[in-house]
Amino acid sequence: MGFPDRIERTLEVAHPPSKVWAALTTAEGLGSWFGDEATIDLSPGGPAQLRWAGGATVDLRVERVEEPTVFGFTWHIHGLPEDDPRRTYVEFTLEPVGAGTRLTVVETGFAQLPEDAYRKAYDSNTHGWASELGELVEYLDAA
Amino acid sequence: MPPDVEAVAEQVFIALADPSRRAILAALASGGPATATDLADRLPITRQAIAKHLALLAEVGLVTAEPGERRRVRYRLRSAPMQVAQQFLAALARDWDSPLEALKDHLDRDAGGPATTPSRERGHQA
Repeated sequence: MGFPDRIERTLEVAHPPSKVWAALTTAEGLGSWFGDEATIDLSPGGPAQLRWAGGATVDLRVERVEEPTVFGFTWHIHGLPEDDPRRTYVEFTLEPVGAGTRLTVVETGFAQLPEDAYRKAYDSNTHGWASELGELVEYLDAA
Repeated sequence: MPPDVEAVAEQVFIALADPSRRAILAALASGGPATATDLADRLPITRQAIAKHLALLAEVGLVTAEPGERRRVRYRLRSAPMQVAQQFLAALARDWDSPLEALKDHLDRDAGGPATTPSRERGHQA
């Protein structure tokens, strides 16, 4: 079994949770260590975006905001087609440890597949651009 | 997750491990459905070898054969198994170690005063 569904990391930093929280949840913080620029609407359902100097962008959706202990968001699964609706969930948990913070990040959902994925991966129905283009032609012909 | 998912991913990786099969899949991806003869014209691979690879690719569901006379059978790429394999790759490609290292640096740099790393601080306390 080599298909990881969950990635987890824990690190301890010598800074209080309030400071770590700001680094994780503000445009200024996210745009410093994660992306080169960031925007964020820090409320459940709120959009956030990370941008890099090379032109890459990633859109996040804020899911959980419990200052200063839990921050969760979902984002697109890297490598899947842009229109694929599957997303992974990332949750940061902050725990005070002495004067510092134990920070845990857990990302889950890599192994999620829609109900019919297995069948879809094997069945012999042919989909893809050729049939989509066929449908487009039919649609245009009917108009 | 059904164990079959990993079997699907494994078939994709086995198929992609061979340069001729990569070339065939790439040709179908870029140029659309083609017969073994079409592919032999476009690739530096014999028609016999292409037919053999196409049979293997069809067996594992990476291409489908459209009905037709034997020499006129057209093969079409199937993307579904690729998407299963992509999820596998996405998990392996997700790099949290570098961003978390950057977060640590960011917090330390932002602390004001001379930059001190946590390990140095521990060193002072010891």
